[in-house]
Amino acid sequence: MATTRDWLLDDSPSSRLQARLGRGYRLSRALMRNPLAMVGALIVLALILAALFAPWIATHSPITQDLAMRLKPPSAEYWMGTDELGRDIWSRVVYGARITLMIVMLVAVLAAPVGLVIGAIAGYYGGWVDRILMGITDIFLSMPKLILALAFVAALGPGIQNAIIAIAIATWPGYARIARAETLTIRNSEFVSAVELQGASSFRVIVNHILPLCSSSMIIRVTLDMAGIILTAAGLGFIGLGAQPPLPEWGAMISRGRSFILNEWWVATMPGFAIVIVSLGFCFLGDGLRDVLDPKHGDRQ
Amino acid sequence: MSALTIENLDICYGESKVTHDINLSVAEGESFALVGESGSGKTTVLRAIAGIATSWTGSITAFGQARSPGIDRGFARQCQMVFQDPYGSLHPRKTVDATLSEPLAIHGIADNGERVDEVMQSVGLDRRFRFRFPHQLSGGQRQRVAIARALILRPKLLLLDEPTSALDVSVQAEILNLLKRLRREQGLTYLMVTHNLAVVSFLCDRLAVMRHGRIVEVASADQLKRGALEDPYSRELIQFSPSHPA
Repeated sequence: MATTRDWLLDDSPSSRLQARLGRGYRLSRALMRNPLAMVGALIVLALILAALFAPWIATHSPITQDLAMRLKPPSAEYWMGTDELGRDIWSRVVYGARITLMIVMLVAVLAAPVGLVIGAIAGYYGGWVDRILMGITDIFLSMPKLILALAFVAALGPGIQNAIIAIAIATWPGYARIARAETLTIRNSEFVSAVELQGASSFRVIVNHILPLCSSSMIIRVTLDMAGIILTAAGLGFIGLGAQPPLPEWGAMISRGRSFILNEWWVATMPGFAIVIVSLGFCFLGDGLRDVLDPKHGDRQ
Repeated sequence: MSALTIENLDICYGESKVTHDINLSVAEGESFALVGESGSGKTTVLRAIAGIATSWTGSITAFGQARSPGIDRGFARQCQMVFQDPYGSLHPRKTVDATLSEPLAIHGIADNGERVDEVMQSVGLDRRFRFRFPHQLSGGQRQRVAIARALILRPKLLLLDEPTSALDVSVQAEILNLLKRLRREQGLTYLMVTHNLAVVSFLCDRLAVMRHGRIVEVASADQLKRGALEDPYSRELIQFSPSHPA
């Protein structure tokens, strides 16, 4: 163990791989020293595990109805009670983790790279390219996220894929703005001039030299935005434009529980807890990542 | 043959003209200094030659070929630049190896490993620094990496923008000795910007004194050492230069 550690922390790495792993190791060590970030990471890990192993973690089927058992309070048999169709809420929350995780991952995969590339191109070239791209970005940015997503879902039709596309369309402009701001600060630095002087193409400069420096603030931003994405998805589900029944989506579950909230509080509250905890987890993790990755924290990386 | 000839060079930043009617000629193998106070336009001349400053009129001829504004790949193999601040001129997320391999990748030069080793050796960097990040290096080591990066394409002309002014005094001497040795070993031509006259007498054969974007005097380093500069402004410069014996 000690030798692995020494190898990772070696001041004079002997290969590219060792240098890279060493940097990763230092970052993860810094992250582990931050308790809130660890709480966040554990919550996110729990979400991922719940999504992966849902069939083994859930105690009942998430969609089988049992009308004799409807609206039962939490008990040893039904940990979080049952809903109005007699479905076990614990199992539905666990399966709901799959939907939530899918939404979050797909939105991140769709929106972050698009925003990153558009922002970097706008910032690097400047001039009219910048003006046109940022004009488009501003148009999207000027509308509230949920309303914009609503409009797109209304146009595309309700359903989980369309909700994901709509959220992605509503999210990328924020990333484009951040990437552009980062690019502007890097654009005129001497190390960029130096590779340009060596004859590097614009493509090479953007991909190899500018994007790697934008990516850490992007990771932070995306992680912090995850909470917002989950809430937007839940909002769409709540209105009935997101995941469609019988899919156990947390927002839709709250919406169904609304009518029983006074007498059977658990129906709406349990998925609500799930949303709050997972959103909080992503926020903690994002904060921790910012402390570790933020270039303004200097040489600790 | 003349390595670099500049005629009637006027450089603009936006509306304002930074240099007026610059004329100078640097012979191959010569080491030439541009001196002057801050804001006199010396760095701007380097940036125009390198291709970073693009709006200029006049003519710049390097090794018999006329330059057009902007960066060009062929010229990159003949002429490279070393920047003033080694803390800002190295990519913070790239190892020494990645920084030095990049120019080879750009120009499609295949024998990666050996050439990086060779250039590191010639600038006096130990092998064990090869996979370090810039933040694991000292200022002098960083500047050695920057010089190695400029040399790896084997250029004939090196533009040096105050290569030692951001370093400690003891490290300055090391880098100056390195530059002197490299010039002798590889037959390089230097065009160097500095405001330190001691550096000029140590490293350069001739110098041009710039003021307000004009060249007021071109003299030899011998003249500088003897304190025999003619222009009143140049004499003033010597007088107020603390590091110069004259």
